Amino acid sequence: MNNKKPIIEVRNLSRIYGEGCSLCGKNTGPEYETNVCPECGTVTALKSISFDLYPGEILGIVGESGSGKSTLLQCLYFDQNPVSGEAYLSEYEEGKYNLLNLPKSKKRYIRNHLMGMVYQNPVQGLRLNITAGANVAEKLLDADVYHFQNIRNRIKELLERTEIPLLYMDTLPRKLSGGMQQRIQIAKALANNPPVLFLDEVTSGLDVSVQARVLDLIKLLQDESNISIIVVSHDMGVIRLLTDRTLVLKNGHLIEGGVTDQILEDPQHAYTQLLVHSTL
Amino acid sequence: MLKNLLPEKIDHRYNFAFIDEGAKREIRRSLLKAVAIPGHQVPFASRELPIARGWGTGGLQITMSVIGPADVLKVIDQGCDGSVNAVNLRKFLVKTTGVKTTFDSSAASIIQSRHRIPEVNLREDQICVLQVPLPEPLRMVEPREVETRRMHAEQNYSRMWVYIYEDIVQNGLISLAAGYPVRVNRHYIMNPSPIPKWDIGKLNNSENLTLLGAGREKRVYAVPPYTEVEPMEFDDYPFTKEDFSGLCCSRCGSTDVFLDEIYNESSGEKYYVCSDSGFCDQTIKQKEGQDE
Repeated sequence: MNNKKPIIEVRNLSRIYGEGCSLCGKNTGPEYETNVCPECGTVTALKSISFDLYPGEILGIVGESGSGKSTLLQCLYFDQNPVSGEAYLSEYEEGKYNLLNLPKSKKRYIRNHLMGMVYQNPVQGLRLNITAGANVAEKLLDADVYHFQNIRNRIKELLERTEIPLLYMDTLPRKLSGGMQQRIQIAKALANNPPVLFLDEVTSGLDVSVQARVLDLIKLLQDESNISIIVVSHDMGVIRLLTDRTLVLKNGHLIEGGVTDQILEDPQHAYTQLLVHSTL
Repeated sequence: MLKNLLPEKIDHRYNFAFIDEGAKREIRRSLLKAVAIPGHQVPFASRELPIARGWGTGGLQITMSVIGPADVLKVIDQGCDGSVNAVNLRKFLVKTTGVKTTFDSSAASIIQSRHRIPEVNLREDQICVLQVPLPEPLRMVEPREVETRRMHAEQNYSRMWVYIYEDIVQNGLISLAAGYPVRVNRHYIMNPSPIPKWDIGKLNNSENLTLLGAGREKRVYAVPPYTEVEPMEFDDYPFTKEDFSGLCCSRCGSTDVFLDEIYNESSGEKYYVCSDSGFCDQTIKQKEGQDE
């Protein structure tokens, strides 16, 4: 796999919340068990994260709450602005430009045409005051599809695929169950056939049978298309089932990364050992 | 020089065209910016006037700031020269400027209008001023001004499209009628003021300058001459005008004009007349001329 050119290259991505001071870097991190600087109270959510995502690969990101998993995805999806770092997407202008420095309009283009995102909380990813179909339509309209019947057909196709009864197509998402909302989010994320998909805790909060179906769907997607996926989860079961490689985050630092089986069977870092052994 | 041109009925207690010259300059500066960025809403300091905001003060202030003593003015309200809003604004403008007025669209140099564009095609030497109640077309999908400005800046109009999508899903057709959102110069989405869909086509590549003003919302914007104005439409749901096929004006007999339906309560009869009263009168006059 490593002889292929990565689809996403991330280099030294950092994100802090707060003013920051000269001691932030020295006083935070896994060694100190915190990402809050005792001097100035600044939160170092991500500290110099670098990794590659390869075409057709599912990459897992694990870590405890507050370790920076969601922040990482949101930085890559342009929801948040990192303080420094670089990210290259091979599908956009052959990866010549650092995505994080592009103007807003270009970022929007990339987001709408080349990326899909499923948020942990459907409220973030969906508009609850427009119908389920319209939520999916929005992504298509963002990607410049202006043919009503084609939009309708595509929505039907996606709802069938995500096992949402077509009868809910013109229903407001707030009237649907959490699992259903999550699947509408997936349908929306897949609407424009993005080469890259970000999944943030896609199965948490769903009951086990729905979880299994959502995981099946993701597996199926990967088999059918050459889509590259980043899966963020704190559930080691999901990571084991879905991912090829895994990164472990702790207190905003990347502490370990490698083939999923190896991470799970032979964790090197003390925290990873704890994480793997505490799941049952 | 200015004094010689002015007739005597002008009320000299006020400045020419009521508002002071500083205010006029400020509005003209905003208008220049509006013309330079077609369809973009430019803020201006809406002045206090002897009529309430929301009653045409945006259009009125534009007219006041561009009018000169040699101009010929026409004021219409929903196509009609004689309705209350038109008569009041016309009287006020005449009293403070003394300009000549006309009902004939082709004889006017400035046409201030509420919710209609005259039937006849306007020329390069004419200005059409439209009164706007709500200038922000995105307001129905986004209540926050900060957000709508960002959406305009980034041309992020998918939510407006979603609105139209849902309209078709729920009603089987696009139910937006007056003030149909249009895309100006392939960039900004603009509210063309509550003109009927019939008039939207007249904005596209028109020879005249169109200025739009919202006094209550303190915004002016413009469609310069020969600017592309396209209604938002899906490829398979094209924009359609009001359908008056098979109908004609009961006064002048014109077809292919925007008609008002009039219901006679006592006889229960429906009949149609031109919404543009000036056009209707002109047509009748021309026909009488031919008869003689």
